[in-house]
Amino acid sequence: MKTAEELFNLLKEKFDDSIIELKSDKPVDPIITVNPLEVDKVCLFLREEKDLQFDSLMNLSGVDDANGEKIKDEKGLETIKGGTLSVYYHLESTSLKHKLTLKVSTSREKPEIVTVTESWKSADWHEREAYDMYGIIFINHPDLRRILMPYDWEFGYPLRKDYKNPEFYQGMKVPY
Amino acid sequence: MALKTEEMVLNMGPQHPSTHGVLRLELQLDGEIIINVIPHIGYLHRCFEKHAEAMTYPQVIPYTDRMDYLASMYNEFGYALTMERLMKIEIPERVEYIRVIMGELQRIASHLVALGTYGADIGAFTPFLFCFRDRERILHLFEITCGARLLYNYIWIGGVSHDLHPDFKRLTRDFIKDFKPNLKELNDLLSYNRIFIERTANVGVLPLETAINYGVTGPNLRASGMKWDLRKDDPYSVYHKFDYEIPVGSGEKGKTGDCWDRYFIRVREMEESLKIIEQAIETIPDGDVTSAIPKRVKPLEGHVYARVENPRGELGYFIISDGSLNPARVKVRAPSFVTMQVLPELCKGFMVADVVAILGSIDIVLGEIDR
Repeated sequence: MKTAEELFNLLKEKFDDSIIELKSDKPVDPIITVNPLEVDKVCLFLREEKDLQFDSLMNLSGVDDANGEKIKDEKGLETIKGGTLSVYYHLESTSLKHKLTLKVSTSREKPEIVTVTESWKSADWHEREAYDMYGIIFINHPDLRRILMPYDWEFGYPLRKDYKNPEFYQGMKVPY
Repeated sequence: MALKTEEMVLNMGPQHPSTHGVLRLELQLDGEIIINVIPHIGYLHRCFEKHAEAMTYPQVIPYTDRMDYLASMYNEFGYALTMERLMKIEIPERVEYIRVIMGELQRIASHLVALGTYGADIGAFTPFLFCFRDRERILHLFEITCGARLLYNYIWIGGVSHDLHPDFKRLTRDFIKDFKPNLKELNDLLSYNRIFIERTANVGVLPLETAINYGVTGPNLRASGMKWDLRKDDPYSVYHKFDYEIPVGSGEKGKTGDCWDRYFIRVREMEESLKIIEQAIETIPDGDVTSAIPKRVKPLEGHVYARVENPRGELGYFIISDGSLNPARVKVRAPSFVTMQVLPELCKGFMVADVVAILGSIDIVLGEIDR
């Protein structure tokens, strides 16, 4: 069982500073932030390395950081410009019993992250959900479709903080 | 010369009695043999996570009930535990015991539905009625405790809403006494029934490596031969005080990780849950159950991921707080959602009728998959 610092030092030997960074100032879980275009390599290393063996992806969740510029229109509805969307990965090793949280941030205007389905098959639906809810594009994902919302939903991504309900969906008034 | 056959696509669901909710499976068939299964989910999507962002922290609890509606107690348990970790609340010993008792009763109730409907799915109707008869007793216990039979809003952040009813201990002891012979009856009727074994053994075998890679947890993972239970492996609450076993699948009737293993692991888990309840009910300490409930739930800025062993596997909550009264993000790692992904792997090469047996054996609840 290793602490986040020890895990981070192991990672540091392999990857340089532009890819990873450790943050442990906020309460509860320490986080390692990873470059969105390198996360697949980091994850594959975490899974394959003998001292790490992160064989299980517990959870993968998209998050809207809502840290951009907030613009209100005449109806009082907010739109967010700039800032970031993030994805948190909670990893676990079932054999060595240590855990790790990774965070990947990407721009709100062009949210692109490399998929980790190569490391864990369970990432497939989690990533589809993050795409469905936040519009994050997972590069190289085998089957990136909407999953919970209807396939023909064209009114944006519901869990973004500035999401607005459409007025009509297939001829039905939405706020009924 | 082999006969050339054409691939056929068959829709199973959304309204199909054995999909346990509203699930559509797109079956690609070669005659009666499954080539691929594509699950289409989202028919019960209520966007729980968006709702939660508009609620205060205690207001989220009734919503968590409605995810896995067969194990509502455990959903609340997980949410309360996560919030207590985020806010660093110490809760009274009695509350922990009550939560464990309720959680294990809920596990039995949930498994009874799983086993009963599984029997009904593949043609054994009587065990279904027997299981529901026993589950009714547990629902009655919940009803005298908090007034509701399915959606409880009982476990709150820092405590529980009511103390136990004066009759609770007596009725629970009675239930345990009556339930033990009933389990044997269930085994005679269904578990060791020749026809049932023929339908389930060697069907839908899930190898351990695939299970871990797909993130399968709970009874399904244990049936594949891994001794992994969060109650022991990532201990929470007061589970460390009790003496119980973690049953593991051994391929008794076929291969390890087949449908029969997944079925029988749940029967054995009910026995273990009974052990926990028996011990807890005898050693439960006195105390005030509402003393640690915070008047105002306003955690500091930060994030936490906590998980519990739900009847269906690892139920995780990922909560981000921005320091206000509403959560900035609540993500639920629903065990059924993750387990559902492995269905195509399990079904390939089997018959159409086996899809029903396989789907029933992984015990999904659509309310939780779609949230």
